[in-house]
Amino acid sequence: MIRWRNGAAALAAWTVGLASQAFAGTGQPSSWQLGMQTPVTESAIFLNAMHDGVNIVIALITLFVLALLLIVIFRFNEKANPVASKTTHHTGLEIAWTLIPALILVGISIPSFRLLKMQIELPQADITIKAVGHQWYWSYEYPQDQGGGFGYDSYMLSPEDAKKANQPNLLAVDNELVLPAGKTVVVQVIGQDVIHNFAIPSFGVRMDAVPGRLNQTWFKTDVEGTYYGQCSRLCGANHAFMPIAVRIVSPEKYAAWLVDAKKKYAEIDTKAVQVAAQ
Amino acid sequence: MYLIFAIVAGLVGGFLSIMMRLELAEPGLQYFTNPQTYNVFVTGHGLIMVFFVVMPAVIGGYGNWFVPLMIGAPDMAFPRMNNISFWLLPASLSLLLISLFVEGAPGSNGFGGGWTVYPPLSVAGHPGPALDFGILSLHLAGASSILGAINFITTILNMRAPGMTMHKMPLFAWALLVTAFLLLLSLPVLAGAITMLLTDRNFGTSFFDPTNGGDPILYQHLFWFFGHPEVYIMILPGFGIVSHIISTFSKKPIFGYLGMAYAMVAIGAVGFIVWAHHMYTAGLALNTQRYFVFATMVIAVPTGVKIFSWIATMWGGSIRFSAAMHWAVGFIFLFTVGGVTGVVLSNAGLDRNLHNTYYVVAHFHYVLSLGAVFSIFAAWYYWFPKMYGRIIPEWIGKLHFWVAFVGANVLFFPMHFTGLAGMPRHYVDYPEAFAGWNKISSFGSYIFAFGLLIFFFGIYKAFTSPVRAANSPWGEGATTLEWSLTSPPPHHQFEILPRISGDDH
Repeated sequence: MIRWRNGAAALAAWTVGLASQAFAGTGQPSSWQLGMQTPVTESAIFLNAMHDGVNIVIALITLFVLALLLIVIFRFNEKANPVASKTTHHTGLEIAWTLIPALILVGISIPSFRLLKMQIELPQADITIKAVGHQWYWSYEYPQDQGGGFGYDSYMLSPEDAKKANQPNLLAVDNELVLPAGKTVVVQVIGQDVIHNFAIPSFGVRMDAVPGRLNQTWFKTDVEGTYYGQCSRLCGANHAFMPIAVRIVSPEKYAAWLVDAKKKYAEIDTKAVQVAAQ
Repeated sequence: MYLIFAIVAGLVGGFLSIMMRLELAEPGLQYFTNPQTYNVFVTGHGLIMVFFVVMPAVIGGYGNWFVPLMIGAPDMAFPRMNNISFWLLPASLSLLLISLFVEGAPGSNGFGGGWTVYPPLSVAGHPGPALDFGILSLHLAGASSILGAINFITTILNMRAPGMTMHKMPLFAWALLVTAFLLLLSLPVLAGAITMLLTDRNFGTSFFDPTNGGDPILYQHLFWFFGHPEVYIMILPGFGIVSHIISTFSKKPIFGYLGMAYAMVAIGAVGFIVWAHHMYTAGLALNTQRYFVFATMVIAVPTGVKIFSWIATMWGGSIRFSAAMHWAVGFIFLFTVGGVTGVVLSNAGLDRNLHNTYYVVAHFHYVLSLGAVFSIFAAWYYWFPKMYGRIIPEWIGKLHFWVAFVGANVLFFPMHFTGLAGMPRHYVDYPEAFAGWNKISSFGSYIFAFGLLIFFFGIYKAFTSPVRAANSPWGEGATTLEWSLTSPPPHHQFEILPRISGDDH
């Protein structure tokens, strides 16, 4: 009994120690990872920091309960303590174990409310884009007044193509969402058929894509790179196969990409219309 | 009857989960060539475990057996109603099993939209009749539970032995009383929601269809108004069971009895006003989320009171570590682990990165699979002699405990890591990065399943051995009324009503 309890305790302590940074993938998970993916936005950094703090609190509480149980197991078993006491009340103790947890919770709630406000209150947007969840792919739309005026679909790459492109299987897509570093991006999220969920762990972003309801979320990161997320609301057969990939590039590259993309995707759009017309 | 039913249903639900773990042991599709079949298995596993294993076992099984015994009543108030409440369940389970074999989503059988049955996936996404069977199955199971709840409330309020005031009533009876009220108030809301779903599917209404002015989020509110009390329905009887086992084997009365009873009342009451913490990512307003964060955290306080009171009950006791006591102490520790991750999830800000990941799966399996199910096994080893008049050898119960304890932790603890790393729920396949911990989880599930073989071996031994149970096999600590009767008790117990005096409870 003792050995396994200690094992669990050691495991819990190990989690706390390593959860913050070690093994954490950037933009994608890594093998044997213990904590969250490396955060790259202000709210995600806050989220990770708060999680680390709360994780220590809950680990201490768990260890405290475990310690009490071990004391009870060793000191108050039949052999060690043949005569049971008859104490059934201790008002002070009962008040203490009501009030102290309540105070701990109040303590947790202070950063919690700050974090929540940061996530939900939208700042002034530099760029607004729209992400639409379909069975089973995402499509992204860039508005006209910000140099866009086009949209495109984003499908998961097959395992062979992902391998060829040297990108992670089940996360890589054919057309990534491309956005500039250092700009506040507001994402409007909506579902086309059933509910999907637009989630990017490294950004601390997760928003349901509900049909008939335009949800909004935001992020801003200075770190260029590719960040992956996965649909996080059960949406049917290929729920596991509609990842989200965001490539953050410098504002200059973004401007160049916009010009190219406008040509490329507008062409596709017109072609589709022509095909449909025939 | 209920218990046998729960064991059979548990085997079906367990089979589904082992298939899931086999699939998830390695990245790539191995057993489920059609990913939709995996979704159907997940959904079936959830519904069966909730409605046909845990609820019949703790409420139908132990509740119907021991509430009348503990309060000194001859039987439940309405035995015939109890009978129909039981026989609705096999009908209900049959409907659910039929639903696995008729068309759901185009081209595949069964409903694969999760136990929460969110529209529009459950309406437009599954045109076949599978979910209609599922909804009718839930209607029957719900009706069964509502009848049961009425029976419990009547029995507990009116049929206590003379002298047994509410404040002297055993905690298990308190637990069932609170549970019955939760059932009575929450199930009609579920029934309403799924009836609307049924008419949306079949009769052209659009309660939840946004293209005709409906709202899918409305369904989520209705579902979770039922769904959250439901989780307390599953765990409260377990609280009651564990209290009695701890008290019996510590040879001490429950510490802080009134606090324990009213903590359950508080958990039940607050449980009704926290439902939207399941919907933090649905796009709720800031103030709505603030309220639900606050209300949800409040629940941790009475839960903490219970944990500490159990430990205080053991403190100073003279504890005999019987098989049942192993399970009860294991329950306290594992429920604490599940409880503290609940505090993490209650923060909408943190939930932003954890919602619908394996962290949530780990959390609710720690409180339900390791909480409710451990309490079911604890009660099994505690009350088995009373129910069947036979003895399961203690070493079998202890061995089963250790195998299950190790298996369940190996199974569910790594899910915290994959969840934090971002692995979403309901995924038939995952990126290579998650492979390591998933392999370990799957291995844990095989250990737990092996434990069930020990469990059945215990039953076999009990019924083939000539040893008979004494009236009160657990000695002086067992003070509740059921131990004053023969093992098993006669059909109409307490012909002369026992009188309760003094301050025992």
